[in-house]
Amino acid sequence: MAGKTLYDKLWDAHVVTDLGGGSALIYVDRHLLHEVTSPQAFEGLRLAGRKPWRLAANLAVADHNVPTTDRSRGIADPISRAQIEALDANCAEFGITEFRMDDARQGIVHVIGPEQGATLPGMTVVCGDSHTSTHGAFGALAFGIGTSEVEHVLATQTLVQKKAKNMRVTVQGEVAPGITAKDIALAVIGRIGTAGGTGCAIEFAGEAIERLSMEGRMTVCNMAIEAGARAGLIAVDQTTLDYLRGRPFAPHGALWEKAVAAWRELRSDADASFDREVVIEARAIKPQVTWGTSPEMVVPVDARVPDPAAETDAVKRAGLQRALAYMGLAANTPIVDIAIDKVFIGSCTNSRIEDLRAAAAVVRGRRLAPNIKQALVVPGSGLIKRQAEAEGLHRIFLEAGFEWREPGCSMCLGMNADRLAPGERCASTSNRNFEGRQGAGGRTHLVSPAMAAAAAVAGHFVDVRDFQ
Amino acid sequence: MRPFTVVTGKVAPLDRANVDTDAIIPKQYLKSIKRTGFGPFLFDDWRYLDPGDLDVDPATRRPNPDFVLNQPRYAGATILLARENFGCGSSREHAVWALSDYGFRAVIATSFADIFFNNSFKNGLLPIALGRDVMDRLFAQAQACEGYALTVDLPAQRVRAPDGAEYAFEIDAFRKDCLVKGLDEIGLTLKHADAIRAYEARRRETAPWLP
Repeated sequence: MAGKTLYDKLWDAHVVTDLGGGSALIYVDRHLLHEVTSPQAFEGLRLAGRKPWRLAANLAVADHNVPTTDRSRGIADPISRAQIEALDANCAEFGITEFRMDDARQGIVHVIGPEQGATLPGMTVVCGDSHTSTHGAFGALAFGIGTSEVEHVLATQTLVQKKAKNMRVTVQGEVAPGITAKDIALAVIGRIGTAGGTGCAIEFAGEAIERLSMEGRMTVCNMAIEAGARAGLIAVDQTTLDYLRGRPFAPHGALWEKAVAAWRELRSDADASFDREVVIEARAIKPQVTWGTSPEMVVPVDARVPDPAAETDAVKRAGLQRALAYMGLAANTPIVDIAIDKVFIGSCTNSRIEDLRAAAAVVRGRRLAPNIKQALVVPGSGLIKRQAEAEGLHRIFLEAGFEWREPGCSMCLGMNADRLAPGERCASTSNRNFEGRQGAGGRTHLVSPAMAAAAAVAGHFVDVRDFQ
Repeated sequence: MRPFTVVTGKVAPLDRANVDTDAIIPKQYLKSIKRTGFGPFLFDDWRYLDPGDLDVDPATRRPNPDFVLNQPRYAGATILLARENFGCGSSREHAVWALSDYGFRAVIATSFADIFFNNSFKNGLLPIALGRDVMDRLFAQAQACEGYALTVDLPAQRVRAPDGAEYAFEIDAFRKDCLVKGLDEIGLTLKHADAIRAYEARRRETAPWLP
């Protein structure tokens, strides 16, 4: 019999019952909640007179709407405040554990889950947020769901799912110095496209992936959804175990040893077969910069903005032209000639301690370029913020002219006050460069933390590898 | 959930690929804690020339005359045509609620993003994927003929065009049944409550470290 992929193993271990026609009822081990996609689900429970099936599976935190400035006076925007108060009230009513805004553990839901050890290998992890793919870095089957499914999970601890196809992206060899997990993720999306992984669970493998820290692996799996895949996966190894040991929600003592023995099996068998395989040479990856309004519109920093005239497909050509018009860019402009107005270092993609260290290493002893109107550093959690301050990173950013903020989703999607004004151009470490994503009319270029930091200092994009 | 059987309706052609859920319903409307009332904000940044928010009356805003849904010939459309990867990006179900609240019953596109596709079925909005050649033809016809309408026959899994052409589409049997009958999926799942409890009992033995 052919071997199983990691995805096959996770799927098989969670089937409650087969519903026929390729669908199954799948058990959910961990359910993460935030304020934006949960209120209607809680309301649904109330209307039907239902209760959460398994309280201990749930963990909630407010992240999308929270202010990143001084929180001592609460939230100024009454609509945002009402949504966060609704989460507080719903968690209190139903008995769900929540890290409230004044809790040091508060932060972006996809940062705090792993940080607390609430995300563990072998789990199914779901959340009403597409970037739930992040948690696949731990050898967990993790994917985003809509609000109806949030209600379904609360009420039944299960989801009706169709099994996805198996896809493997192997990043072969070692990346060059200065190349980060973000560059790997963007290079993969540039290669396979934003719909390249639709219908698939993507397992990331290869030496370049194995060499990544857990922070880097989370960045890669986080962006799997930008390649169309609901789930990204990475096999469990010593790096995974070292990260999790001692985390508050992780098992301890004899239970830890028992868990580790099971987790070591969480890898694709050598003879497993994949429906689709993509191989990328790590050495060929350069620092990546998106130029358009879809993450697949990405080029290396030493390239130029593409020319739509070279595209033969009419629908694609129209898309390229629309993107150039929205971004206010001319075809064939060198990426390094693009000047920026704002810088955002944060989001569930790149707000972890390693990201902040990488950005600070570039910024140290330098200042923002005069054309930079605002540069934000938004740590992913209160604990990361505290750690960065213990390392003195905040002083490096503050001395350079950056603002050092409280944790949350912030300018990744601009639901709070942090956003771009129309026409403003931003070097952002987030995950989406869609039209209006960071503010109506705003123009987003996705980059790694080191590239964002270098752009902040230079005032335009530069190759961080030459930036000494 | 509102059942879906046979729907005949006017067609609006949105000739773009990779229409993301941020474009379908922008962030500021996600602060609402209701499931209803998103229709006036559907495709907000494309549909209006001035900025909007939950507390801004859409009737006071300036519509963008170039946007397809603002053209009088497409008023009252219940079927939306789009290109590949429709609904990509954020998992926000508000995107489906906005399309439904506006009046759309079906979206016909070259392909869909997974989470949007899934969310649609929970709300009685039928996503139908048809091939590129068929889509090219439907776009051409919708743009050429004013009042162009299609019939979507879910039980027969057919889209019928006014020229007599019929296009078959695929749908998962379970989803089709739920949609045709307007079933509550949670109620259906709870019929498996004993199987869920049995799974949990096994899980306590094999993985006692799980919450």
